Amino acid sequence: MIKLLSKEKWQGTLYSFVIVIIFWQAAAMIVNLPIVPSPGFVFLNIMEIFSSKIQIHVLYSLLRIMEGIAISILIGVPLGFLMGYFNKVDRLLSPLIYFTYPVPKIALLPVVMLLFGLGEASKLIMIILIIVFQIIITSRDAVKAIPDETFRSLKSLGATKVQMFTEIIFPASLSEVLTATRLALGTAVSILFFTETFGTEYGMGYFIMDSWMRVNYLDMYAGIVVLSFMGFCIFTLIDIAENYFCSWR
Amino acid sequence: MIAIKDLSVKYRGKEEEILALDKFSINICKGDIYTFIGPSGCGKSTLLHVLSGIMKDYSGSVSIDGQAINPKTQRIGLILQNYGLLPWKNVYQNTMLGVKIKNGNELSDDYSKYILKNLAIDNLLDRYPKELSGGQQQRVAIARAFAMKPDLLLMDEPFSALDAITREEMQELFLNIWKHNSVTTVFITHSVDEALYLGRKIVVLSASPGRVLEVLDNPCFNLDNLRFRDEYYSMSMKLRKIVSKG
Repeated sequence: MIKLLSKEKWQGTLYSFVIVIIFWQAAAMIVNLPIVPSPGFVFLNIMEIFSSKIQIHVLYSLLRIMEGIAISILIGVPLGFLMGYFNKVDRLLSPLIYFTYPVPKIALLPVVMLLFGLGEASKLIMIILIIVFQIIITSRDAVKAIPDETFRSLKSLGATKVQMFTEIIFPASLSEVLTATRLALGTAVSILFFTETFGTEYGMGYFIMDSWMRVNYLDMYAGIVVLSFMGFCIFTLIDIAENYFCSWR
Repeated sequence: MIAIKDLSVKYRGKEEEILALDKFSINICKGDIYTFIGPSGCGKSTLLHVLSGIMKDYSGSVSIDGQAINPKTQRIGLILQNYGLLPWKNVYQNTMLGVKIKNGNELSDDYSKYILKNLAIDNLLDRYPKELSGGQQQRVAIARAFAMKPDLLLMDEPFSALDAITREEMQELFLNIWKHNSVTTVFITHSVDEALYLGRKIVVLSASPGRVLEVLDNPCFNLDNLRFRDEYYSMSMKLRKIVSKG
């Protein structure tokens, strides 16, 4: 059985958690205003309202993130692999990607909202629009970084193109793809927050902004803590996946 | 038989085209082992790339038993200096890679078990390449080539990255397996000693662009205690002379 998370890792997590709490408590004591409540109250509040108020929002946000990342991977990884392996595809698509990647996608929000409405579709599209590029480029570069010799021995065995992908390209770049996913995840959470402030009554973004409007700072902080814990859990999941699939490293 | 006739290969360099092989011709008999020796940059590796079907941009003709080179239909075992193992596959999966690509599954048969046992890596099956020593990695590469029962075995300075003691062990081990499974073998080396020890025929190549200088029958092949014999010494001197003249 592979040890998925080492003891050191858990201890590290614990230490950093304690440090955050200490700083937070210190800040709360120094500022001494309702806008910075002490962590103790916030955690008590989370326990009180999680199942009744927060849970549904967590589920909505999780679903949107998972969908956004899954679709981005399904689009970005094959595209990046093709660009990395076939130079022709790369020459054709790279300029297009470089041209559209730097466009601030948030600027496209009104267009997306007009075309796809205020509902789920436009939220998903925003997430995908922003993170798919990181995934395409990382996958492409991961394939390009595989040395020629690796392909040679397979070529001499008479491997087909499909076998090149299954035996070499996929396993060789899996780790980089997971790293790209980690990076994309951080971005996805912040876009998610933004898109959940309109056109919905569910999601952590909505919950946090709503609590803020109602000047309920305890709820607002509860939302922030839950949101970051959610991110932590997904990050850890990716780590576990990497330890499992890339144990050869 | 492998027939190479008027094989020329050009590389596109930065400024001009570089001729790596120039009207290279040789016939290699079935079931025999040929060592190719020559100065560095004489196109030895280029020759192997052509024979293994990696390089398709050449002029002249190359055929195995009358058929043009095609790794999809022929079984070609390639053993490289850097072993060519896939780091994400363990010893077992690496060994069976050729079989998997040729037969569609990686189930081991008695033959591959026998090869693994003979190379003394049957106790390392779950290890990944990074957990192996250089000698062990090379054994896996050899096992992979033999397990697929190749029509042609190509070896590109396979032992040159190993330390001297491991190298001699590996040469002996390889020769042992080869004798029991005589595969047509092209063995490229830059070491006179290795050429004498492993080649039934020795092909001396000229400096760039590569041509065949001489094909020698090797009287030293298969002699016991070769390195202590007079034949070895005289043949070694002869070979060195041809190589340095070329």
